[in-house]
Amino acid sequence: MNLDSLLPNLGEWLRGTGPESDVVVSTRIRLARNLADLPFATRATATHKADVIRLAKEAVAKCGGAHPLEYADVQAMSPLDRQFLVERQLISRELASGLDGPRGVAFDPTETVSVMVNEEDHLRLQVLRSGFALDEAWRDIDRLDDALEQRLAYAFHTQFGYLTACPTNVGTGMRASVMLHLPALGLTKQIDKVFRALQKINLAVRGLHGEGSRAFGDLYQISNHVTLGKSEAKILDEIREVIVTIMQYERQARAALMKERRQAEHDRVARAIGTLGSATMITAEETMELLSAVRLGIHLHLLDGIPVTAVNQLFIHTQSAHLQKLAGHALGGEERNTARAKYLKTRLRDLDSHK
Amino acid sequence: MKCQICDAPATFHLTDVVNKKRRELHLCERCARERNLIPEPPGPQIDLKALMGLLTNPFHAPPALAPEPAPEPVCAQCGMAVPEFKATGRLGCSHDYEALRPALEPLLERIHRAMTHAGKTPRAVRVSEWKRRLGAAVAAENYEEAARLRDLIRAHE
Repeated sequence: MNLDSLLPNLGEWLRGTGPESDVVVSTRIRLARNLADLPFATRATATHKADVIRLAKEAVAKCGGAHPLEYADVQAMSPLDRQFLVERQLISRELASGLDGPRGVAFDPTETVSVMVNEEDHLRLQVLRSGFALDEAWRDIDRLDDALEQRLAYAFHTQFGYLTACPTNVGTGMRASVMLHLPALGLTKQIDKVFRALQKINLAVRGLHGEGSRAFGDLYQISNHVTLGKSEAKILDEIREVIVTIMQYERQARAALMKERRQAEHDRVARAIGTLGSATMITAEETMELLSAVRLGIHLHLLDGIPVTAVNQLFIHTQSAHLQKLAGHALGGEERNTARAKYLKTRLRDLDSHK
Repeated sequence: MKCQICDAPATFHLTDVVNKKRRELHLCERCARERNLIPEPPGPQIDLKALMGLLTNPFHAPPALAPEPAPEPVCAQCGMAVPEFKATGRLGCSHDYEALRPALEPLLERIHRAMTHAGKTPRAVRVSEWKRRLGAAVAAENYEEAARLRDLIRAHE
């Protein structure tokens, strides 16, 4: 598969138009599944892994759906292509570079559905949607799971449910996570309080790229921790309830900002867009921080002429593998910072001229 | 910082100096509470005995409570044993859930506060359960239930 064809597009999940999209960027559900008669990754030989891939590819090819899934061999890919798929949220960092041996991913052209093969579990099904869409994401992944299960014998235990390589995933094998943009809670220093409350009720909070990654650009992923002993519907309800509360807090904080320091906020947003449009070198971290201010500015109507979709696109295209793909060759750290600044300047000028 | 026992964030930190040797313990509230390190109000006394026991040997129960040594369970399919699983946190194959059940159940209880799945079941498993119940319904001459199960099975096969 030539991944360059994905470059000009944006996955459906980044449209920026889904429900509650002023606060919720995207919703993701993943299911961990294993095949009954093959060993897990730690005990699997290359032959076992090749068997998993063969069975998974056959099942995926026949599972139908509106958009067919296409399989890409991650083992054979260049490190740049792997990083590119990580940035698009189609594969985990683990599948990209933490593992070796035969492995891959199947995904559809809208980048809504993906199936990682030979990650920690034989199969990791994923559905990614724009905005706050737990029900839609569950409906899609449940259907995909049923379709695959018709052709694959899953490892299932009447007491423990779906069996997984790590006991933290056993049972439903489900991890539902919602990516939130919480700039106002960050600005008003209430974010830590929110997260302490979340940890008490057993929900995990992480940065954009999952476990261990820092939260850049005020983006946070909230996900369930428990997978055993509760039904999928109950787990989703619990997350939903918490997200609704956090959305309220964030909106209250935004309203307070507008009431108490509208001018200062306006200035901050204007400076952010100014820096993005005029810098000649800029790091990914600074870009994310500034884009976060721009995104907030759009939702607070402090800024016009820039659609949220464009901000999301800048956000993805300024990450390192995307920049290198756009440039058509590998770039060193400094070169990336220059290329990033140049790309931002050009794109923002285009947007300005289309006002 | 993560809890030394489970993976939850550690919020309970203990430092102890005995014979100029410094020992540290980082636990989440739940694990600390389970080990009786957090006093229940109004009794502000830390259970010193529990604390000392934990500092000298944080991952095992006090020797007095230790069970009789039993033969170490090993999975006949993949050879996974408890020490290796504890070191890596990953199981070797789906049979480990049965083979290492005595070690896994307390762990599942700690991670999930539950030991029994309550979610989705694969269609094949559901259908075979309906077939079993169909047989029982027919034997009990409960034909209404049998007809319902038969339709259910037909719709899902």
